[in-house]
Amino acid sequence: MEGAGIHVKDLNAWFGPKQALFNIAMEIPAKKATAIIGPSGCGKSTFVRCLNRMHETLPDTRVEGKVSIGELDVYGKGVSPVWIRRRVGMVFQRPNPFPTMSIYDNVAAGLKLNGFRNRRELDVVVERSLRHAALWDEVKDDLKKKSGASLSGGQQQRLCVARGIAVKPEVLLLDEPASALDPISTAKIEDLIFELKKEQYTIVIVTHNMQQAARVAEFTGFFLLGKMIEFDKTEKVFTNPSDKRTEDYVTGRFG
Amino acid sequence: MLNPRQNIALHRRLQNGLALGLITLAMLVVTVPLFLILGTVISRGIHGLNWSFLTQIPKPIGEVGGGMANAIVGSMTLLAVASLIGVPLGVGAGVFLAEYGRNKWGNIVRFTADVLNGVPSIVIGLTAYALVVVVQKHFSMLAGSVALGIMMIPTICRTTEEVLLLVPQSIREAALGLGIPKWRTILSVVLRTASSGIVTSIMLAFARIAGETAPLMFTAFGNQYWSKSVNQPTAALPLQIFTYAVMPYDEAHQQAWTGALVLIALIMFTVIFFRFIASRGAIKGAS
Amino acid sequence: MQTMPEPVPSDTPGDTQAHKTADMPRRELAVVPKRRLEMQEHVWADKIFRSLMVLCAVALLAIVGLIVAELIKESQLSISKFGFRFLVKQIWDPVNEDVGALPFIYGTVVSAIVALIIAVPLSVGTALFLTELCPQRIRGTLSLLVELLAAIPSVIYGLWGIFVLAPFLRAYVEPFLAKYFGWTGFFSGPKYGYGMLAAGVILAIMVLPLIASRTREVISAVPRVQREAALALGATKWEMLRMAVLRNARPGILGAVILGLGRALGETMAVTMLIGNRAEISRSLFAPGNTLASVIAGEFTEAVGNIYLSSLVEMALVLFVLTLIVNALAGLLVWSITRGMPSRALA
Repeated sequence: MEGAGIHVKDLNAWFGPKQALFNIAMEIPAKKATAIIGPSGCGKSTFVRCLNRMHETLPDTRVEGKVSIGELDVYGKGVSPVWIRRRVGMVFQRPNPFPTMSIYDNVAAGLKLNGFRNRRELDVVVERSLRHAALWDEVKDDLKKKSGASLSGGQQQRLCVARGIAVKPEVLLLDEPASALDPISTAKIEDLIFELKKEQYTIVIVTHNMQQAARVAEFTGFFLLGKMIEFDKTEKVFTNPSDKRTEDYVTGRFG
Repeated sequence: MLNPRQNIALHRRLQNGLALGLITLAMLVVTVPLFLILGTVISRGIHGLNWSFLTQIPKPIGEVGGGMANAIVGSMTLLAVASLIGVPLGVGAGVFLAEYGRNKWGNIVRFTADVLNGVPSIVIGLTAYALVVVVQKHFSMLAGSVALGIMMIPTICRTTEEVLLLVPQSIREAALGLGIPKWRTILSVVLRTASSGIVTSIMLAFARIAGETAPLMFTAFGNQYWSKSVNQPTAALPLQIFTYAVMPYDEAHQQAWTGALVLIALIMFTVIFFRFIASRGAIKGAS
Repeated sequence: MQTMPEPVPSDTPGDTQAHKTADMPRRELAVVPKRRLEMQEHVWADKIFRSLMVLCAVALLAIVGLIVAELIKESQLSISKFGFRFLVKQIWDPVNEDVGALPFIYGTVVSAIVALIIAVPLSVGTALFLTELCPQRIRGTLSLLVELLAAIPSVIYGLWGIFVLAPFLRAYVEPFLAKYFGWTGFFSGPKYGYGMLAAGVILAIMVLPLIASRTREVISAVPRVQREAALALGATKWEMLRMAVLRNARPGILGAVILGLGRALGETMAVTMLIGNRAEISRSLFAPGNTLASVIAGEFTEAVGNIYLSSLVEMALVLFVLTLIVNALAGLLVWSITRGMPSRALA
């Protein structure tokens, strides 16, 4: 499987009566990292959660519009959200390993719970995923002894990345993956993103940290108050934005 | 001359000491009955505790020996069948409340569970009588189990809901984000994360019904002999204790005390045993 | 369920091709097979699972519905024969089919009130001790002891009551009460040991842990800043407890007490073994009495005649309604607190 591009058109989302996203349109390129930046509350998290239909898991929410991943119409009739989420990996803001499962089971969870049981191949997948998440060396001795919750925050987050890529998704969504982490762990997560790009994943990363966006992403989208203000090559967005509001934000004049 | 400020301080200090003393006294007074009851049950019960008590059925009053084997086995079977009814329904209703019941329907179910929790056990016994005994036309173990099973439901249901709500939303999102269907997420991730809390709730419900006597009086009814099927009346420890306690014979009283000792031991043993199982099962492979 | 892994899925366009053309590192990762799936499979699984859970909830509703329906249906005979007078009549003559529930209602309510009079100060004291005064080291043990009190079966309370409590009351407590408080009329007449007082005492011990644990919850919920505010004013510990803790927790404690009342009203075995089982109303607490639950337990299996049986079921109906009202009251109180702290909490 290769990373697929994401096509977004007329995307609107609501929390109850409150509209969180307004007519978002975007072409997220395949096999590249795209950053979504903007001040808090601008709808960037809601946006990525619409890409794998996680938004609708919250009570009293609604989505309209068109999203396709590769050829697949995400909100198409008869398309199951579960099926979408198997093809899209997601890493959340706070590390959320399954507390009652061992490290091994955490990584294998997506496969096991979808009915994949071949022990030997599972071992292979778990090791590869953990290696890719740069966690293997730290945990290889107590894979099945320690619970996922016993790791440090940064390790937990890398475990969540390993869990997300174990199912071999076409797209990886990272929702502020480093916001709850210390600088060293953050650096490790960023290294990880570079590694994953080499693996031809399509990556969408939400961040409120502009330096981070500039470091890891080829493309950047700027969100403000639920609208997408600008979407372009990262370099362009940060050095020569076409919208005044983007300029104000990236030069630190507000937000 | 008295310094008025000092005077007030003394008065307040005395009041403080008195009140704190009374509070401590209340604590002491409350522990007294526990030690008295447990002490009496052990000291009086231990005399009659022997192999034949655990292996024989009751002998007619006046004859030496005899035991409560049929009541012990009867109680265990009653409780097992009751759990078969009460645990799935209770956990299921709890899952409904936590995962699907954040609405008007959930509130109705929640209220009903609280109502059922407050229904006196004797009234539940009467209902089981009307629903099972009257239909079957005879007393039976099944009727007793239905009564006890119903009593388990509200405790398990509400506690299960509570512990499921304690499982962070982020854990559910992690599972859903991996493309795990909701039913699988609930079964393999949410319920597993909350498993020790749910086991505790089952134990609470179990402890509550294990000593119940009133609802068994006109359902399981009691039996001096072994009962051979769930459709027969059966002996049960609490019933047997009651029967012996109100008889005017010393031998009967001795049997009642020993029965009480065995009943308390049975409850404690079961609770500790299942806690142990639950704590061992906590970190095992998925599914 | 179909779990066979198939190494190369072909249910999405581009998938196969992507797989074949994957470069080296991707290929290494590509050991993950994806089982072929029907898009709608888990949608159905979700629906079935949900329906099962709904079924459990519906069963709960149905059980309560059945309880109410059976109680009403089976007591029809008695209701139509005696009407409202059933509740206020003092006659108990089942042989001639003339019965009234008043002595039982009286016994139920009075024994529960006696229990509360004894249990409330003790439980609130216990709760205060455990939350506010208890050294950390022994708190766990002490609260376990109180919880254990709740785990002792009712019939064992009854057994202990018959052989330890009742003789003790007869020999020491009742003569003392008669001597010093006999003039009130509540403590006079023959001293059996068994009777309303014994039932009240045993009920008190039984509802104590319930009230104490609820009260503890309420007290622990009082915010720390409230305590600190009181202490900063120079309050002694007791004044702090009174001003900051008890005052704020009062509605919650009332809820706990009402909950205890509900439990005491419906308790059967220990009461039936100690109350003396006589259908009379007497001012003295030494006198035997009877309760709704206890008369059902004592006479249901021996009852002959439809009217007699039906009147016992009507007693159960009365008991049900009584506990329902009491529990609803407690629920309402708890609801009014959790809905949002009343402004008084800030006073």
